[in-house]
Amino acid sequence: MSETQTLRQWLLTDTPSSRRHAKLSALYQGWLSFRSNTMAMIGLWILILLVLVAFAAPLIAPHDPFVQSLGNRLAPLGTEDHVLGTDSLGRDILSRLIYGARITLYIVALVALIAPVAGLLVGTVAGYVGGWTDTVLMRITDIFLAFPRLVLALAFVAALGAGIENAVLAISLTAWPPYARIARAETLTIRSSDYISAIKLQGAGPLRIITKHIWPLCISSLIVRVTLDMAGIILAAAGLGFLGLGAQPPSPEWGAMISEGRRFILDHWWVATMPGLAIFTVSLAFNLLGDGLRDVLDPKAGE
Amino acid sequence: MALAEDNNKRRPSRAPFSERAWPAVATTLKTLGSIAVTLVGLLFITFIIGRVMPIDPVLAIVGERASQSTYDAVYEQLGLDKPLIVQFLYYLWDVIHLDFGTSLLNARPVSEDIARVFPATLELATLGIIIGVTLGVPLGVLAAVRKGSWIDQVARVVALVGYSMPIFWLGLMGLLIFYGILGWVGGPGRVGIFYVDVVPSVTGLILIDAALDGNWDVFKNAFSHIILPASLLGYFSLAYISRMTRSFMLEQLSAEYITTARVKGMSEWNVVWRHAFNNIRVQLITVIALSYATLLEGSVLTEIIFSWPGIGSYITTALLSADMNAVLGGTVVVGLVFILLNIFSDLLYKVFDPRAK
Amino acid sequence: MNAFNRLLTGAAIGLAVSVTSFAALAETPANMLVIAHRIDDVTSIDPAESFEFAGSDISRNVYSRLVNLDPMDLAAGYQPDLATSWEVSEDGKTITFTMREGVTFHSGNPVRAEDAAFSLQRAVILNKTPAFILAQFGFTPENAMETIRAEGNQLIITTDKRYATSFVLNCLTATIGGIVDKETVMANEVDGDMGNTWLKTNSAGSGPYKLDSWRPNESVTLSSNPDYYGGVPAMERVIVRHVIESASQRLLLERGDIDIARNLNPEDVAGASSADGVVISDELKGRLMYLALNQKHPELSKPEVRQAFKYLVDYEGMQNSFLNGQYTIHQNFLPATYLGASEENPFTYDVEKARELLTAAGVENLEIELGVREAQERIEIAQSFQNSAAQVGITVNITVGTAKQILERYRARELDVYLGAWGPDYPDPQTNAGTFAYNPDNSDEANATGLLAWRNSWDTGGLTEKVAAAVTEGDRDTRVQMYLDIQEEFRETSPFVVMFQQIEQSGLRDNVTDWSTGQAITHAAYWQVTK
Repeated sequence: MSETQTLRQWLLTDTPSSRRHAKLSALYQGWLSFRSNTMAMIGLWILILLVLVAFAAPLIAPHDPFVQSLGNRLAPLGTEDHVLGTDSLGRDILSRLIYGARITLYIVALVALIAPVAGLLVGTVAGYVGGWTDTVLMRITDIFLAFPRLVLALAFVAALGAGIENAVLAISLTAWPPYARIARAETLTIRSSDYISAIKLQGAGPLRIITKHIWPLCISSLIVRVTLDMAGIILAAAGLGFLGLGAQPPSPEWGAMISEGRRFILDHWWVATMPGLAIFTVSLAFNLLGDGLRDVLDPKAGE
Repeated sequence: MALAEDNNKRRPSRAPFSERAWPAVATTLKTLGSIAVTLVGLLFITFIIGRVMPIDPVLAIVGERASQSTYDAVYEQLGLDKPLIVQFLYYLWDVIHLDFGTSLLNARPVSEDIARVFPATLELATLGIIIGVTLGVPLGVLAAVRKGSWIDQVARVVALVGYSMPIFWLGLMGLLIFYGILGWVGGPGRVGIFYVDVVPSVTGLILIDAALDGNWDVFKNAFSHIILPASLLGYFSLAYISRMTRSFMLEQLSAEYITTARVKGMSEWNVVWRHAFNNIRVQLITVIALSYATLLEGSVLTEIIFSWPGIGSYITTALLSADMNAVLGGTVVVGLVFILLNIFSDLLYKVFDPRAK
Repeated sequence: MNAFNRLLTGAAIGLAVSVTSFAALAETPANMLVIAHRIDDVTSIDPAESFEFAGSDISRNVYSRLVNLDPMDLAAGYQPDLATSWEVSEDGKTITFTMREGVTFHSGNPVRAEDAAFSLQRAVILNKTPAFILAQFGFTPENAMETIRAEGNQLIITTDKRYATSFVLNCLTATIGGIVDKETVMANEVDGDMGNTWLKTNSAGSGPYKLDSWRPNESVTLSSNPDYYGGVPAMERVIVRHVIESASQRLLLERGDIDIARNLNPEDVAGASSADGVVISDELKGRLMYLALNQKHPELSKPEVRQAFKYLVDYEGMQNSFLNGQYTIHQNFLPATYLGASEENPFTYDVEKARELLTAAGVENLEIELGVREAQERIEIAQSFQNSAAQVGITVNITVGTAKQILERYRARELDVYLGAWGPDYPDPQTNAGTFAYNPDNSDEANATGLLAWRNSWDTGGLTEKVAAAVTEGDRDTRVQMYLDIQEEFRETSPFVVMFQQIEQSGLRDNVTDWSTGQAITHAAYWQVTK
């Protein structure tokens, strides 16, 4: 107990003893202000729960999500043994939702890795090199921004074939331009700073400057953006799944489950409703978290 | 919807055009040039995607029972035997002459198809943005003025829910409840079957056509069909607009001149609407223009759910059946609209915002 | 049933009542027939080119043919239409049709033998997709002007061999047999296209209806032909509206906003049939659902494996669940109601039997790709099969794609297993025999993409010759027996697992009478419908 006290005091100190100390201290204070934001905490808890559910899927799912039972199809909510009912092939909807959480996390994680990195590359190079390179790269970015987003994703998946990986690539393809713009804007401010000039004088090459000095400074603003975009990514993935271009059957992807259930919407409404609620809950959680994070990391934008 | 925020972010970071020497001409030329480059790029990417797509446009036309000789004839007719770049240049040449070719699948000129489907999207998006603005702006202002009050919380929840909702699912549920169960609104499609082609198509917007014709039955019917999808789109833009309004307003309300005005004893109404709101108008118009653009381009899923014969579902259907002329034509139109709205909001910014000068 | 569920049921009943009360409000006009149907497959309505279902529906009502099928008595087979009688020459190769007098096209021009000759020549010369239906009689773009000709009031066609007359006439009842108005069509000719571009979106027929408008993916509007020789149809206007969702079609039907809903899924059929004022009409269609095993695959080409797959389909389970009412078990390539169709369905779902067969073939850990197009019932059949196959250790990876994507790979002989549907093109057994069990050259170079046997690299094991013999057999009973024999052998040896035959369930308002979707042999007809 006393140790945590000291740790807490150490973290909350007004006179940091080192750079790392100051950093940790700032982080901790951020966490404290974040923690006081009830909505953001709710979001965080939902996401933690989601991750746990995804990891422990085999343990907590009451049934195998793929096992069919044609004799017991479209069982209603609250059926014994099938709390959320069964789908058109008699598969347990709850178990499918639980396993579907894995797919959702997988997609989100991959897109969150690919798109910002691609954007960062393009943005920093454009911003740092400037001139023609900048014009060309930014023109390309503009072109991608001018595309109808879903249509671009659709075209891409249609070209490469349906499947989770291609859906991830397609979403990343539509998601990178904003990151490139942010990274470029950040680079432009950093590039002209005295600090970079000093490093240049020391003889550092452009590659070194970009990777060692510019990227680290861009990353924090990108992370906030990514969190805020997560919900959009989930919705985009679900949209592709809904159009039959995401995960392939019998995979329990939530968007595809809505698409399967929409046929029964009049008589068996729960088949499409439950996955819809799942998507909504998770993307709401990301939004709550993102909102809270923004308040902490970038108070001005939140106001 | 979170994606829509990007659009806002990118305006300030756009490199300002040189405005020293011969400003007007240079800027105009540059703007036109960049529009052209963007459009050609847009076309090129779509074209490439269309060509690498594993769907064979010839097969799409002749069907699975065709004999090889039939197949070969169509293959040649489409010019598919020529190199890719030649095909693209041919296409570009036609587009410059405003000829988007004929739809591979229904043999109609693509421009004719677009003239038919674009008004449907326009009508839907316009009504959507009207709903979004009339509700979203007051909500945002109110939330800012009463920051931290229950109304601020409600506004926050409304916006967050809007950002988080899968639109196709909400559409399905809305259709189920308001059409299927309650019967309050018209079903899928733009207008009931008996009202198809009843009024002459002047603008392509059924509500306006019906009003021009004085046929209020058609108007009522069309309204009952459009209100649900438009409300949905309206809700999504409301979420975004109210949030942006709130943050713009907060910025203004914390400014010194507001405090001064208050100290001077100006009424709160005047402070909020005359001063603070006046100052955010330009920013707000930018946000609305971008939100409008998003509705025009991004209503694909809504259109599919509501069988709305708009440009989103047109491009999607065409894409999935390898009708590349239709896809290309649709993409150019949507891209053009998007770019024009962007330029429009840029211009507004330059003209009205003192800081931009 | 728990409290929550009871609450929901209560609410549902309440809502159902309110829906019903609302339904009474709307009704379509008495002289108008309004149909909800998926018409996104219409790509052209030129009878020389039109080949898809919804397009054929339009054609059947707009274009009269030389001989036609009576929607009120489809079993009777072809009947005189624009030709009142025909004579077959001694050698069986020449048929002379005598044209009906006093019939006019919608344009007011008289229907002449010259128009009939032009229509058939045009179809052969244009060589569009359905041209093979006529080409199989030896008509080519080069010889069409000699083999098809008009003399006075008579149309004379000469085939390259003697064929069963019924075969020739059956083919003429297909969409491609539609007679077009030569004067009108040629007046709209562009660059020697014989009016094809114009006819794609316009009509020039003499049938009971004329086309008012076709808006792709929106609607088709027809109005009655007041001069139709067979009498003016009761329905003055027919509107076919494109409605994709089954649920939407059902709501429109229950509301009385439409008279007929043509794409209801089993759940909506069940729901709609209990609604007031709605009746369901069942018609057996010609479409078959089948699995095809690519014979290029080293394991799938083993006879035992082919056989094992036929025991790995849960026929009963599917028929009684998600296919309920819309597909019936059928294991032969000739659809029931076709001349010579076999009614034998020997295969049942038998995992043990399949396992034995696979063991005998020495097959273990088989992993295959199954291609299926993006249609819900097919995806479900695929998943059910995937589930069954898993029980004998076969891993099935499903690839879902648009119709065009999957089809292309199928035609290129690239898929391991294809799950698809096949519909006959004209009401003669040759239409399916000639594709499932006929493959004269199995080499890749032959590129006979139109033949299902070729697509699966199956050399048919001698059935090709039997099919070729059956199509020229003049005696009806002998011909029937020949087809029965072919089907029996096919069932046992072929790499095709024919599973189901389609039943089209139309939801009708109860005042609609004499509705016909054309059963297995033709397309929907509107002119006999009354309300």
